Amino acid sequence: MPSFSLDDDSVVVIVGSGAGGGTMARELTRRGLKVVLLEAGRRESTETFSQHPGTAFGQLTWLEPRSQSGTWGPAMTQPSLPAWHCRTVGGTTVHWTACSPRLQAYELRARSTYGAVPGASLADWPIDYAELEHWYDAAEKRLNVSGTHGNPAMPANNNFKVMYAGAKKLGYKQVHTSRLAINSRPKDGRGMCIQQGFCVQGCKTGAKWSTLYAEIPQAEATGRLDLRASCIATRIEHGADGRVNAVIYRDESGAEHRQKARFVCVAGNAIETPRLLLMSESARFAKGLANGSDQVGRNYTHHMTGFIWGVFDKPVHSWRGITQSGVIDDENINDPKRGFVGGYHLEVVTLDLPTLPLVGLPYGWGREYASVIDNYRNLAGMLVNGEDMPRSDNRITLSKTVKDGFGNPTAHVNCDEHTNDIALRAHAQAQGKKVYEAVGAKQVLFGPTPPATHQMGTARMSHDPAEGVTNAHGQAHEVPNLFMSDGSVFTTPGAANPTLTIVALVLRQADYIERQLKARAI
Amino acid sequence: MTHSNNDAVNRRAFIHGATGVLTGVLGALSPLSAFVPGRAWAVSMDALSTQDAETLMSMIRTIAPHDGLDPAAYAYVAKAIDKEAAASSDAKTRLADGLRSIGADFSIRDEATRVQRLRAVEQTAFFQGVRFKTLLVLYDNPVSWAHFGYEGEAFSKGGYLQRGFNDLHWLPEVPASAAGPNPVG
Repeated sequence: MPSFSLDDDSVVVIVGSGAGGGTMARELTRRGLKVVLLEAGRRESTETFSQHPGTAFGQLTWLEPRSQSGTWGPAMTQPSLPAWHCRTVGGTTVHWTACSPRLQAYELRARSTYGAVPGASLADWPIDYAELEHWYDAAEKRLNVSGTHGNPAMPANNNFKVMYAGAKKLGYKQVHTSRLAINSRPKDGRGMCIQQGFCVQGCKTGAKWSTLYAEIPQAEATGRLDLRASCIATRIEHGADGRVNAVIYRDESGAEHRQKARFVCVAGNAIETPRLLLMSESARFAKGLANGSDQVGRNYTHHMTGFIWGVFDKPVHSWRGITQSGVIDDENINDPKRGFVGGYHLEVVTLDLPTLPLVGLPYGWGREYASVIDNYRNLAGMLVNGEDMPRSDNRITLSKTVKDGFGNPTAHVNCDEHTNDIALRAHAQAQGKKVYEAVGAKQVLFGPTPPATHQMGTARMSHDPAEGVTNAHGQAHEVPNLFMSDGSVFTTPGAANPTLTIVALVLRQADYIERQLKARAI
Repeated sequence: MTHSNNDAVNRRAFIHGATGVLTGVLGALSPLSAFVPGRAWAVSMDALSTQDAETLMSMIRTIAPHDGLDPAAYAYVAKAIDKEAAASSDAKTRLADGLRSIGADFSIRDEATRVQRLRAVEQTAFFQGVRFKTLLVLYDNPVSWAHFGYEGEAFSKGGYLQRGFNDLHWLPEVPASAAGPNPVG
């Protein structure tokens, strides 16, 4: 791997090696650009992944505490952990469950479709589904998404059999083993799925797509990628012309370095990306880099989620096999007669025994609580994934109370649930309960809202520089050589798990960057 | 008058309460029984007296009552709490005070009484700390996994492709319209 000079201003600096940054690294290096990829976490591998959940959690998770405020669940139940995402080479693609649905056309037109929702900052995306369709095709082929482009669907595991039988009894029609970025057969040099059930601890066969082994090594093979792991960006600098020209970062020893850059792609996720922009304030950008709109950090969304557990009197063995092994898509529509706008997916989920009581079950203790765990063999589970309303004051700011090891403020997350979110979750959990009761569940429990695993919206795209941070290509309105290449560009969240859309947008953004470079526009 | 060395040690231990110990005998089918001669085990405490350790064990069992779960699993939790308490004399005092607050006779009272006494302290940091450690540790050891049927790591065993990932037969099979083929057939 080359080691580019800190003074080489022909390199592109990418911050973050996850779905956005890792894919962008491959896209830019194959186009002939030199890339310095800064990743705050360490480089693990399929060999070092651990299938002891506690160990894996410590190994892969962004553990630096943050501060929180607001009425949403984790602000009270997990005060220093508003979000569960990764800090490792490959980013959150290391622990994701590979769920890869597309956004629906109406979800990209949330404001036009849902109307004005008081207390929400709805807006239409500056791109429509027709524009994105080609890139979704490309992303699905890139990720080998099951059930698309000739990739077989995954087989049904026990947990999904329970969902399927109950869903059909209720009259649901769009019930299947999910669109998953998992190899059902060996492909692209990666193994096939052997149904281990430790997707969330890092896939030890490499069957699950992750930039760690599906994008970054390919970028390295060009000879143009300089991956600097355990290096966290702390500031982006700009010149008098307002263009970014360097990224300051700290390495593993804490030493500070300044890497010159031709242009910068920020892909730290929708919490760390706005944090970095806010920390990069200057005389010219007094509210934070590229933040003339004051929208950096605002409109933070994370999907409305909640667990549903069915307790049966016969074994399910739900931990065997793919963690997110199926879905009901019927409710991914806009039908205000249900009492809310936007829709949701009901996604099969399981939790290993050590994690279940910590994250999956509602607060409790004593005999009734213990009886649920006594039935661990007989549990089936699902997770709601629904559209939450963006709100101007649901936002990431710099914490006034918590600092990182370098004395920099960490992120503060403020999140108040909207009444639409509450109504959506109540409907979804009630429907999930009916699914399990239809096939004989003797008890159904609703688990708490866990820390957010999807982060979106905090540098939203808009045609209007007063309404959004980035344009329709994820390019900062105010800084032409600064791009956001992660979920922070999502104008609204829709109900789809975000990774496929992040990859589609990055593939499109890389194509745009190439054209801009050729036209000498950046 | 002289005392034997043993008497002096025991009296110091009695005064400082630092040689508490939990003991038990593993169930015959315990996964650990191969490693424990005679199946008898003892866990020494660094912060708690035997009396307090027994109260703690009983508190943990009241928080998470699983009939038939080998007490060795609960001992893992007690050990973890004791270790944390040994880290500072403040922590040790807080834990001892908390255990005293639920009554020195806690472990011999019936379940309804024990639950009632814990409800009375449910809002305290003491109770919430013990509850959290119980959830963190009780379900994360081989004794518990064997009891609850959790099968642990799967990679070294080839995953579940041929070990029952789809062996549920009390519901119909999923048709081909909704799922893909089983790669192994």
